[in-house]
Amino acid sequence: MEMGWRWDFTIEILPQMAIATLNTILAAGVGYAIALVVGLFFLLGQRTPFRIINWINREIVEFIRSTPLLIQLFFVYFVLPQFGITLSAWICGMITIGLHFGTYLSEVYRGALEGVSKTQWEACRALNFSTLYTYRRIVLPQAFPIAIPGMGNYLVGIFKDTPLLSTIGVAELFHAATAVGGYNYRYLEPYTLVGIIFLTLSIPAAMWVRKLENDVNKAQGKIKK
Amino acid sequence: MNEHGVTLLLGTVTTIKVLVCSMILYVIISMIFGLMRLSKNLAIQGIATVYIEFFRGTSLLVQLFWAYYVLPFFGISLEAFTAGVVALGLNFGAYGAEIVRAGILAVPKGQWEAAHALNFNPAKRIKRIIIPQIFPIILPPAANLTVELLKATALVALVTVVDLTFEAKQINSITWLSAQCFGTALLIYYIIARFALVPFLRWLEVLAARKVGKERI
Repeated sequence: MEMGWRWDFTIEILPQMAIATLNTILAAGVGYAIALVVGLFFLLGQRTPFRIINWINREIVEFIRSTPLLIQLFFVYFVLPQFGITLSAWICGMITIGLHFGTYLSEVYRGALEGVSKTQWEACRALNFSTLYTYRRIVLPQAFPIAIPGMGNYLVGIFKDTPLLSTIGVAELFHAATAVGGYNYRYLEPYTLVGIIFLTLSIPAAMWVRKLENDVNKAQGKIKK
Repeated sequence: MNEHGVTLLLGTVTTIKVLVCSMILYVIISMIFGLMRLSKNLAIQGIATVYIEFFRGTSLLVQLFWAYYVLPFFGISLEAFTAGVVALGLNFGAYGAEIVRAGILAVPKGQWEAAHALNFNPAKRIKRIIIPQIFPIILPPAANLTVELLKATALVALVTVVDLTFEAKQINSITWLSAQCFGTALLIYYIIARFALVPFLRWLEVLAARKVGKERI
């Protein structure tokens, strides 16, 4: 086996890796969309006036948050067929990522809602606005900017966790690299390429999130003035 | 299932070993790179920034596989356990360094000035005045990060470290009792996090707060 970096091999595998990168981006996007919605449900569970539901909700969130995503993936992928539900690796992966990061996003939402000052609620009460109207027109427009940085961070987080999907056979970037590497008995170029592709995608994304964070902080500073 | 219980237990021991080793490594790395990030020397600061951005920008799994499967190309063959601990330590060290940096910046300016006025040299200033005060600030976010570390240790199973995840997967492929073995593994992780790791970290927080004479949070 030849040591050192081989450019011809790198160029040979590049198209395959590029296609797999699209799959990774797709997986991250779909997983994120599901997580955004799941997060809303956990938020609802947290805010209903029923104590028991609050408690169950909190325990579920706690459990999902403190156990590894990897085993959750295995659990969904291997256990559901035992109950006669056979889903493709893609769907299993998307469900698990959605559930896992949904718990994190529900915390982001909660923090954002609590970031809206209590007096806003009182003012709406005084103006005789309905709860729904208060949420829609007063609270949510103020909470949303606060939530943006956290939401952005988890988008980057999901993107970086998509390689785990390869363990259940989702054909994303890391899976492609392992396949190419195993086929050619060369792991140097495929895995290094994966690293470079991740860097080139996630550093701009992280910078963009940081910029959003700054913008939001600035905007809030203006409100305080 | 009884015989498998022992196997799972042995796996749990390995998981805890990985956790403790990578925890020690990541704490040391965060301290060093957190301080380097604040250095006035541009070269030192640059090295720290590149390191942090690199390890935060690529996926942990990629780093792990790189350490285990690619490093041998350069003549460095690490054992699976070592590769796992090193990858975890380097990855989480990058996140931890940012926490340390934020913690140091959060120490009131007056403390720096007072140390300066008392003619403490820079090393003593950092060691005796600043570092002891950052713990109450950095421990809450560091606790979150450490729970994330526990979860991340599951990944070392993919580079053949025989930890809890590895054993659960192994038992699954023998018995196909997926619900039981993955369910038990999930429960064990949950128990370690909720009843051992988190209480320990809370205790550290209380200790740190007391050390600098702050009320219990």
